[in-house]
Amino acid sequence: MVEARPRSTVEAGVQPLRRRPEKQLPYPLSIYQSAVGKKWVMAVTGVVGMAFITMHMLGNLKIYLGAEELNAYADGLRTVGAPFAPHGFLLWGVRLVLLPTLLLHVHAAWWLWRQNRRARPVKYQSKRDYIAADWASRTMTWTGPIVLLFLAFHLLDLTWGTANPDFRHGDVYHNMLASFDRWPVVVAYVAANLALGVHLYHGAWSLFQSLGVNNARINTARRVFATLFAVAIVGGYVSTPIAILIGVIE
Amino acid sequence: MDFTLKVWRQAGPKARGSFETYKASGVSADMSFLEVLDVVNEDLIEKGTEPIAFEHDCREGICGSCGVMINGQAHGPNERTATCQLHMRTFKDGDTITVEPWRAAAFPILRDLVVNRSALDRIIEAGGFISVNTGSAVEANMIPIPKVVSDAAMDAAECIGCGACVAACPNGAAQLFTSAKIQHLNLLPQGQSERWQRTEAMVDKMEEYFGGCTNHGECQFACPKGISIDFIAYMNRDYLKSKVTNRKLGGQGFAT
Repeated sequence: MVEARPRSTVEAGVQPLRRRPEKQLPYPLSIYQSAVGKKWVMAVTGVVGMAFITMHMLGNLKIYLGAEELNAYADGLRTVGAPFAPHGFLLWGVRLVLLPTLLLHVHAAWWLWRQNRRARPVKYQSKRDYIAADWASRTMTWTGPIVLLFLAFHLLDLTWGTANPDFRHGDVYHNMLASFDRWPVVVAYVAANLALGVHLYHGAWSLFQSLGVNNARINTARRVFATLFAVAIVGGYVSTPIAILIGVIE
Repeated sequence: MDFTLKVWRQAGPKARGSFETYKASGVSADMSFLEVLDVVNEDLIEKGTEPIAFEHDCREGICGSCGVMINGQAHGPNERTATCQLHMRTFKDGDTITVEPWRAAAFPILRDLVVNRSALDRIIEAGGFISVNTGSAVEANMIPIPKVVSDAAMDAAECIGCGACVAACPNGAAQLFTSAKIQHLNLLPQGQSERWQRTEAMVDKMEEYFGGCTNHGECQFACPKGISIDFIAYMNRDYLKSKVTNRKLGGQGFAT
């Protein structure tokens, strides 16, 4: 297929934003060189992230069963597979998957955001009236960084303990109580989880489109799935700090 | 009916543009939006000023020339209509209507409401055709095609290339156009031999000029032909498959 040259000055006035990379990487990596491929990677990494936050949320709910249950669960995450697997086998395995997943998701998002800004350098000068592009889809580039910033604090607070007033390694129940006794932390936690929920409301619907999983039978169910998933995740996470703050859990 | 029109005026591609306000009075409710622009233009010509430049051709919604943003929506507020099919009965008497050209890096403004949409032609040139010699048309029933498949291909083939999908997309992406132009060929038996080269070449060409899809879904409502974003999903799937299949061809079939 031969590329045509511009036939007039009018045609020549349209310049590409970027060129197709002449050096295409070897096969699986070449997918990531295109925007469509990046969206595919975002969807796959999004699914991994969704699986993680689901398991993490279910784990959190153990707090309602008391200190012993929760701490035993936290310890179990480290000793799973013992005596055959080394200590922390599962925990570090999951972390090794999650870190590149997060980096890929963020990098693809950043790249697309930059490309899409270049695709419309002059904005519409009159007010846009959106029909389908909802608040969730248009704020993905805001809810994403909010969740990312919260994640940094969350790790400092409950994993490394540097942002926790009274951190005891291995005593998850105590650490959560110590952290969520501070109301600004609870407010930030709830706000970040609402941002996560909005992010998921679009993402959990959108990923089917990016993966090309699309047929009439599942299309109607996609929005329902995304809504229920976002509500379940936000509800599950937000209940804990509020319960601690109002003194249901002591 | 009387209207106040706020129209984007721009003398040339590099000139600074601005909104100008015009009165359109004595407009019939049955007039199309383009006819109102004609009325305003006649007035401007009589006054000796430059008329508003806008693109139009068939005025029956099949040529894809006439797209403009009307009150912030591509082709105006009605679903499945081009600007020429938008009748003034849609608006209330005395309304102020804002008219702006498509805005995207790939669609530079030539003058007033006219933009250069030849970036869409670049995508078609990359593979939006079937390049086997077919000779004279064969008897239609020689190639059996299931009804649902031909219906789906025809839904995609409805695309008139107006650029409303790009204009409406918050990202300035041309995914709906490209997916329609890929899938109306990829769905049919005649399109199979070049299916994977076509998909990769057209998507790669699209990405040179346009933004990327983030699934806002705005384009399918802006589309005057109501083309579904399901075609974008099919294109995404075909693109992934094309990366595997084209690998076996050793990169042949591409001009670099």
